[in-house]
Amino acid sequence: MKLKKATVNKLITYLMVIGMFTAIYILNEGGYLSRQLQKMLVPICINIILAISLNITVGFLGELTLGHAAFMSVGAYSGCLFSIAMKETLPMAARFPLAMLVGGLVAAVFGILVGIPVLRLRGDYLAIVTLAFGEIIRNVILNIDFFGGASGLKGTPRDSTFLIAAIVVLITMFVAMNLQSSRHGRAIMAIRDNRIAAESAGINLTYYKLLAFVLAAFFAGVAGVLYGHNLASITPDKFDYNRSIEILVVVVLGGLGSVRGAIIAAIIMYILPEYLRFMKDYRMLIYSIVLILMMLLNSSPAAIAIKTRIREALSGVFKKSKKTAINGKGGSEA
Amino acid sequence: MNRSVERTPMVEVPSNAIIPERDLGKMPVLDIRHLGIDFGGLTAVDDFNLTVGRTEIAGLIGPNGAGKTTVFNMLTNVYQPTRGSILVDGNATQGKSTDQVVKMGIARTFQNIRLFGSMSVMDNVKIGMHTHIRYNLFDSIFHTPRYHKGEKLSRARVLELLDVFGMADMANHVAGSLPYGAQRRLEIVRALATEPKIILLDEPAAGMNPSETAELMNNIRTMRDEFKISVMLIEHDMNLVMGICEGICVLNYGRIIAKGTPEEIMSNPEVIEAYLGKKGA
Ligand SMILES: Nc1ncnc2c1ncn2[C@@H]1O[C@H](COP(=O)(O)OP(=O)(O)OP(=O)(O)O)[C@@H](O)[C@H]1O
Ligand SMILES: [Mg+2]
Repeated sequence: MKLKKATVNKLITYLMVIGMFTAIYILNEGGYLSRQLQKMLVPICINIILAISLNITVGFLGELTLGHAAFMSVGAYSGCLFSIAMKETLPMAARFPLAMLVGGLVAAVFGILVGIPVLRLRGDYLAIVTLAFGEIIRNVILNIDFFGGASGLKGTPRDSTFLIAAIVVLITMFVAMNLQSSRHGRAIMAIRDNRIAAESAGINLTYYKLLAFVLAAFFAGVAGVLYGHNLASITPDKFDYNRSIEILVVVVLGGLGSVRGAIIAAIIMYILPEYLRFMKDYRMLIYSIVLILMMLLNSSPAAIAIKTRIREALSGVFKKSKKTAINGKGGSEA
Repeated sequence: MNRSVERTPMVEVPSNAIIPERDLGKMPVLDIRHLGIDFGGLTAVDDFNLTVGRTEIAGLIGPNGAGKTTVFNMLTNVYQPTRGSILVDGNATQGKSTDQVVKMGIARTFQNIRLFGSMSVMDNVKIGMHTHIRYNLFDSIFHTPRYHKGEKLSRARVLELLDVFGMADMANHVAGSLPYGAQRRLEIVRALATEPKIILLDEPAAGMNPSETAELMNNIRTMRDEFKISVMLIEHDMNLVMGICEGICVLNYGRIIAKGTPEEIMSNPEVIEAYLGKKGA
């Protein structure tokens, strides 16, 4: 019964994303999308990938990290350098996937390098150290001429298309959601729920924390490669802490640990500021109000109660046997 | 019963055993020698010696703050002992991490319940089985046939284990929303799922009513008989302690003041003064 419910949940997420992507793809091919919207398609996919990957550390593992954009930049630079070097040697069909793999792996290595020393830290300390790490990476890139310095790295082939970005989104979703319902994912979430109990259940904290770190870094790196291949040049200032915070906001708004929520929030949070441009000075005001509203919707007791009631009503339609579960819940509240 | 036939004298450290005859093998499951810990200047536990035999149910009692939970924390290396040694089936736990100690065969529950509150009862127990579910990271990510097989086997096993504590019908409930007594039992099931040689229960009956406690006593006995494991429990409920413990060890101010059978403990004047008498006053 549990498995079925989880499977249904997963299926809804897949259908939602695939349906949306197919519709956009058809509209785009038919030329029905505005230029503005067309330009936003790949960045939206990148944001979704970033949100899902950060969700692995913040949502699944429950550790606050503020350096996600740094992994993205490491992936972007290594992937772009690979593509530039292989421009003449490899055809795009082989070069681009390889570039993503290179970017992802290099970012994953950085994930390990950062992960090992900071694993002993928790909460605020971890947040501060990852924040510092992000700034260090950015400054190092900025000051090495090989990477193009402040004016950026140029000459990357513009290989990113909506179709490829959409496929990478689906792969990221697939990995994150499969992980969530496996022993590895359970171990990571157990650490979040209760560290000492997880250890006392035989879970190796170091290994599973590192695993979460590395997986998150890998997909951030891949997102970086997509990003780098979508623009004429990449500059270090695009990967500063503001970017990390933006991704974090998406993850928090989407509901920690929820892959579907992260996807929806990533889309809204990208489109919203773009479409609010006409409001000029009021833009950021409206943006903030929407942020607060979404936050309330996600975490206020009243909103949660309403959501629970809706969910129970829905599951009641599917299954009568849910009654016992609801009784169990009522018991502890009393 | 006819256990006496296979009974071999416990040669290792008979003096520390509460009831030496209960140990059916050569070696005790748990052998604690001169264990002690200091917190800053405070000696919380000192010169703690105890052996627990195979399939023995041992009780650890003492007034509040005596150091009982601290002993459990040292046994699982949540706290690193300042002095002494702990052997599980003859292997020292010194320098091991908590998860390694679990793999050596010590599982535990907590005085202040520590469940994975946002997860289902099923997942809580599956996490206990973590090291016994056999598939790798690749299987996890791609949900290979081996993943499905592993999950199916573990699900069946979880239901079996839950059944021992009468909780099989609660498998899909959210752990954090269970009534108090059920949460305590779930913790025991999760510990049992690690396939321990000895299970440490920290106040398993706390907050339970008398009928729940009676049921729990039966559950603990069944668990011991079915899984052939040893049990060491901390408990303030004297009915439970005297009812199921074969040997009892009394701690006061971090030191053992008495060891013996329930009868011996109940008539020990020092114990009555330190613990039972104080409680009666
Ligand atoms: N981490 C710690 N740091 C400092 N002192 C500690 C720590 N843990 C326990 N103590 C002290 O050790 C002593 C024993 O505590 P412990 O929790 O083991 O008692 P207990 O026998 O389990 O009591 P209770 O029956 O109330 O659970 C207490 O004085 C306590 O304050
Ligand atoms: Mg205690």
